[in-house]
Amino acid sequence: MNVRALPRITPDRVVGFGALVIALLAPLIFSSYWIGTLLTQMLFLGIAAASLIFLSAYGGMVSLAQVAIYGIAGFVVGNLTTNGNTKGLNLGWNPWWGVVVGIAMAVAIAFLFGALASRSVGIYFLMITLTYSVIANLFFGQVTDVSGFGGISGIPTPHVIGSADAHQNRLYYVALGTSVAVYALLRYLVRTPFGLTLQGLRDDSVRMSSLGYNVILHRTVAFAFAGFIAAIGGVLFVWWNGHIDPASIDLGSTIDILVIAVIGGLYRLEGAWVGALFFVVVNNYFQRIGFHWGSWISQERFDTLIGLVFLVIVLLSPGGLMGLWERALTFVSGRRRDPVDREFNPIEAGQAEPSV
Amino acid sequence: MPLAALRSRAFSVTGWTVLGAAVVLSLLWICFLAPSDPTSKWATTFGSAWHDPKDFLITVLNGVTAAGLYFVVASGFTLIFGLMRVVNMAHGAFFLLGGYVALKLQRHFVGEGGSFGLTSDQVNLTHWIVPLIVGTAVIAASGLVMQQLFLRWNQGQDLRQALITIAISIVLADQMLAHFGGIAEDIAWPRNIDKFANLHVSGIQYTWTRLVILFIAVAIGLLLWLWLKRTRTGMVIRAGVDDRAMVSALGINIQLTFAIAFLIGSGLAGLGGVIGGSFASLAPGVDANWLLYSLVVVIIGGMGSLGGAAIGALLLGITSNFSAAYLPSNYTYYSIIFTFALVAIVLAVRPLGLFGRPA
Repeated sequence: MNVRALPRITPDRVVGFGALVIALLAPLIFSSYWIGTLLTQMLFLGIAAASLIFLSAYGGMVSLAQVAIYGIAGFVVGNLTTNGNTKGLNLGWNPWWGVVVGIAMAVAIAFLFGALASRSVGIYFLMITLTYSVIANLFFGQVTDVSGFGGISGIPTPHVIGSADAHQNRLYYVALGTSVAVYALLRYLVRTPFGLTLQGLRDDSVRMSSLGYNVILHRTVAFAFAGFIAAIGGVLFVWWNGHIDPASIDLGSTIDILVIAVIGGLYRLEGAWVGALFFVVVNNYFQRIGFHWGSWISQERFDTLIGLVFLVIVLLSPGGLMGLWERALTFVSGRRRDPVDREFNPIEAGQAEPSV
Repeated sequence: MPLAALRSRAFSVTGWTVLGAAVVLSLLWICFLAPSDPTSKWATTFGSAWHDPKDFLITVLNGVTAAGLYFVVASGFTLIFGLMRVVNMAHGAFFLLGGYVALKLQRHFVGEGGSFGLTSDQVNLTHWIVPLIVGTAVIAASGLVMQQLFLRWNQGQDLRQALITIAISIVLADQMLAHFGGIAEDIAWPRNIDKFANLHVSGIQYTWTRLVILFIAVAIGLLLWLWLKRTRTGMVIRAGVDDRAMVSALGINIQLTFAIAFLIGSGLAGLGGVIGGSFASLAPGVDANWLLYSLVVVIIGGMGSLGGAAIGALLLGITSNFSAAYLPSNYTYYSIIFTFALVAIVLAVRPLGLFGRPA
């Protein structure tokens, strides 16, 4: 195949390009409520979910600590940039310095978390990262020096972006640009020697180890890198919300990101934003339809609905929405994808080894 | 893999050194160094054990009795995990549901009580024991149903099973919020238990309820130990922990054993929930805390090991109670860091937990 040939036109690319065009023109198409609330939220939740999908699809590590790291970045930004009228340290720094230090601290903590957890894989890894996440939640709830139960309010955005309420489109475009950059970076990274090594470790860590690769170091670096992506999502979250409290990173929020990733498809990066869009839109509109069925199902029981959707996906269609899309393509074209070409889906993987 | 093993060894040696230093320093602090002088910047609530042995003993008792409850809940978690490799993420939700079932039953027997619920002088022993048994039984049955309906046909796909239990815990938590509300409530202890015991040591008056929790935990531990060591089912379970396929090949109905393990394991979550609901309170979010305690206990102790769960529970109970009591008064809220440090150090030294073995 000629390397310089134009990219082949595939349904994936057509839809992806179309989605990007719609996203770019969104402020012309959608109401300001959609831009300011739903789509911006979709973008930063998608970034956090993408960090989880990157780890699980290419590193074989399903992490529940992504929300904790996202929250650490958010809390650090909050402590550094607020000015006097809220809990926390109120250091009153320039927002950009807050971003740099916030992301750096989140990555450092992700590196520590990763170094401790990366000798375990599979559900052990899941359990250890869940422990991190609950501990981070309790930490910010208890330590009143940096947050406390009520959290930090009035977190400023940089001057160029302006307030998230007054200039919804600006923050939307920042989140969109960041999402595209994160997606491109992850797509690039998995093709580099580092990314290929990571996939080798995912498939057979013993063999990679005998080839001389440092298994633990690679996993730790991958975890820290995913922490970097999650931290970006956390910064966008506090800019959008202007407020962060321990409930933003509690067990429910931790599971929400997992739910988003699984609904989108735990094995393809695009699934992160697809799942986030589904989650945000359903969450928003479900509460408006007035119905109830006994006291078990009503419009207030969004968690019950999303739990059931999650259950059905895990049981019947582990590929999530991306998996359904691929199945539909196979059905229409009548051609099966080469099984060798299929990406790795940790939900369908069999018995995981406990340790390296 | 000699290179990786070497690095792993270096990690482990560093871990042991840090662990040793941490233990020696904290013991020194607790026994002799902790100042009691309130003007000191580092003043602690009680001062050192040398200065105030009574509160030191009370802290030890608090740690051990808390460990008892951690053990009851975590032993169920580790039993299920050890045999079936199922991480039951709904364990915390089962804990909370067990507590709520018992709470509603007790209110049904005695009445709603005042604005703060029932007080213990309104409740006799039956009004506590019957809800305890029913709560345990309901959760044991729910666990069994969940295993048969959702987990049985996904055996071997451990991540998928973990995600299924997460989905169930989301639905359960939401339904509990809808039906039991968001306000913290607690189950009343019976009046026979809710009093103080004179321990005849340094004049300590210690609450009976905590001692009862410890008795129950020790009894559960002994029963589980006898069951696993001395009965045929226990033998099959221990064999199954080591090699499921071989046990199955020997003509033993491993599915029946799985069902029994799930019944008992979930029942322990329910039992823990009733005791925990009497000891502390029941509210949304409590399920996350107890899931955390179970995870920490089995990560420290090693998954699937009953002795490991006991040691893990003791370490967690002692660490959390001592860090809350002996940190300088201005910094006691940092005690959660010590729980994390405990997990971190154990993972650095032994990634599979203190008593863990590779599967």
